[in-house]
Amino acid sequence: MPHPVTDDPEYDLAVIGAGPAGLAGAVAAAELGLSVALLDASSQPGGQFYRHPAPALGATRPEALHHDWATFTALRRRLADSTATLLAGHHVWTVVRAEARDLWDVHAVTGADGDRDRPVRVRARAVLLATGAYERHLPFPGWTVPGVVGAGGAQAMLKSGLVLPGLRASPAGARPGAGARVVVAGSGPLLLAVAATLAAAGARVPAVVEASGYLGYARHPRTLAANPHKVAEAARHGAALLRHGVRLRTRSAVTRVHGSDRVEAVTVSRLDRDWRPVRGSGRRIACDALAVGFGLVPQLDLATGLGCATRRARDGSHLLDLDAQQETSVPGIWAAGETGGIGGVELALTEGELAGRAIAARLGGRAAAGGSGRGRALRRRRARMRAFAAVMAAVHAPGAGWSRWLDDTTDVCRCEEVGAGRIREAATAFGARDARTVKLLTRAGMGWCQGRMCGTAVACLAAEGREQGPPPAPERRPLAVPVRLDALAALTGTAASDPGEPEEHAAGEDSTGG
Amino acid sequence: MARDRSPAERVGAVPDPAFEITFDGRPLVALPGQSLAAALWAAGILAWRTTRVGGRPRGAFCGIGHCFDCLATVNGAPNRRACLVPARPGDAVTTQEGHGHAAPGDR
Ligand SMILES: Cc1cc2nc3c(=O)[nH]c(=O)nc-3n(C[C@H](O)[C@H](O)[C@H](O)COP(=O)(O)OP(=O)(O)OC[C@H]3O[C@@H](n4cnc5c(N)ncnc54)[C@H](O)[C@@H]3O)c2cc1C
Ligand code: FES
Repeated sequence: MPHPVTDDPEYDLAVIGAGPAGLAGAVAAAELGLSVALLDASSQPGGQFYRHPAPALGATRPEALHHDWATFTALRRRLADSTATLLAGHHVWTVVRAEARDLWDVHAVTGADGDRDRPVRVRARAVLLATGAYERHLPFPGWTVPGVVGAGGAQAMLKSGLVLPGLRASPAGARPGAGARVVVAGSGPLLLAVAATLAAAGARVPAVVEASGYLGYARHPRTLAANPHKVAEAARHGAALLRHGVRLRTRSAVTRVHGSDRVEAVTVSRLDRDWRPVRGSGRRIACDALAVGFGLVPQLDLATGLGCATRRARDGSHLLDLDAQQETSVPGIWAAGETGGIGGVELALTEGELAGRAIAARLGGRAAAGGSGRGRALRRRRARMRAFAAVMAAVHAPGAGWSRWLDDTTDVCRCEEVGAGRIREAATAFGARDARTVKLLTRAGMGWCQGRMCGTAVACLAAEGREQGPPPAPERRPLAVPVRLDALAALTGTAASDPGEPEEHAAGEDSTGG
Repeated sequence: MARDRSPAERVGAVPDPAFEITFDGRPLVALPGQSLAAALWAAGILAWRTTRVGGRPRGAFCGIGHCFDCLATVNGAPNRRACLVPARPGDAVTTQEGHGHAAPGDR
């Protein structure tokens, strides 16, 4: 039987997400005297960048898979020394305004995959959304074959579970882990990091396949010069790949996966400037797995549910519109890290600390802590890294020609198994112009993942052939994580505040999917 | 950087004692602290679900709980995200078919 929602103590601040941004924010706010609850779905803090094995795996050198591990251990120590409460294994599914008072109710389900019968409510005067990002995927023939995994996903499985994708069953006693051939493909700087980590952990990486060129960066020499750490990071990964003999193919993409029950090979084709595959350029590369991803998309479900305003990045994704203090358009709701735009770990740390300080100032009735040297330095760093993030989004923005590598039978929606042909038909024959209409007509995006995997692709296909459609609205998912009906029922009695409409959004979503 | 190391060697892992789980009745070795998906990958298994419409094999894709492609039936309970659920000694993982009715003889 489900238990009723428990009444946890009231906090000054609830931080959602214990990645670099949330950790930095929680530590900063707690050290300035706020009572802080830090919630994360994972069983351990760290988020994507500092994801690491569970203690039982006994990693004596966890730093071997991370750059700058010491930053994380220092933050973790400060968190433990502070009064902040870490609530691990808490999957937040909604944030609503509490009745009458100036408080927020954060609702979470608990357990490894949210399975435990203990819904939790955390009350707080302010909320910091540090929910990070998820990977953007573009479909291609064969992308549903087992052994095709997200690039970040491969990285996450390696960092937490110490495994590689595409291993063959090994005879007893053989060394597990070594030898799988993993092609890394897609677009964005994460590919280099993933390839370097995979190679260092024993995978053979026959190729890294990047759809854009890196020359795009050269058009912004001043931004590059202002971000030497980013250049050094790329150089570090590049050197590691050279050492492992990994070939980098730019302006190319995996346009087909071969194999039916598991990956046997991929076809890599050259792309033109718009990412249209060049006919006859396909080369087959034998491999056991493909790690693929086309950059990251901010995870905004909780924020859009609250009505926070969004804006669009150069790559078409939606980000939260934040003021100089990291506050969203909804007073009392703040954000830091990838929710405000994809910028990487240093930016997330910087924004988290800025947000933590600003919230402490606000709740303490002081003006924003702007004048201090630390505040100024953080804001300068943020501006510099945001500029780099904008260049990155532009360089790796998906070209419109990618859909040419689809055939009509390619499943675009993995959950509902909806092929590209049916989505195009919905657009051409039935006039569907956006992802929501396509969803109603074809069920694409209606499955378990609520369109997280196919959202970009469906929106592109629906807009295909139109000169300039209206910009798509951010997807709205009323439930940020799956919730059982009994947990939903326990919400009764909580005033479900009218979230209002986010500025860019026309109408609320009426389907919860699933 | 040495070549052909395993991930565990790379981080100098000295794990707690390994234990047995089963996949469709077949015994596998899992390490404490690994998710079920990680244990299956380590054993060379990439698929543990078939889709509702096409009956196609699927396994872990996003690796972080977002895509639901890794749904497995664990000890008779369907629709568990194998990339999130930690492996425990004696766990019986069975291929989940379609909507996730547990395999016959599983309960
Ligand atoms: C799969 C993946 C792998 C990545 N790997 C790398 C890498 O190897 N190197 C690199 O430089 N960058 C990597 N990144 C990029 C990464 O986003 C940034 O480097 C950095 O971690 C961003 O920090 P953040 O604090 O903004 O978000 P994150 O680190 O993503 O942290 C967000 C946290 O919020 C939690 N969360 C989200 N929603 C909820 C919810 N509803 N309820 C409870 N908790 C929630 C998550 O569990 C997570 O711990 C990866 C991204 C992804 C998606
Ligand atoms: S692999 Fe995506 S949810 Fe488990």
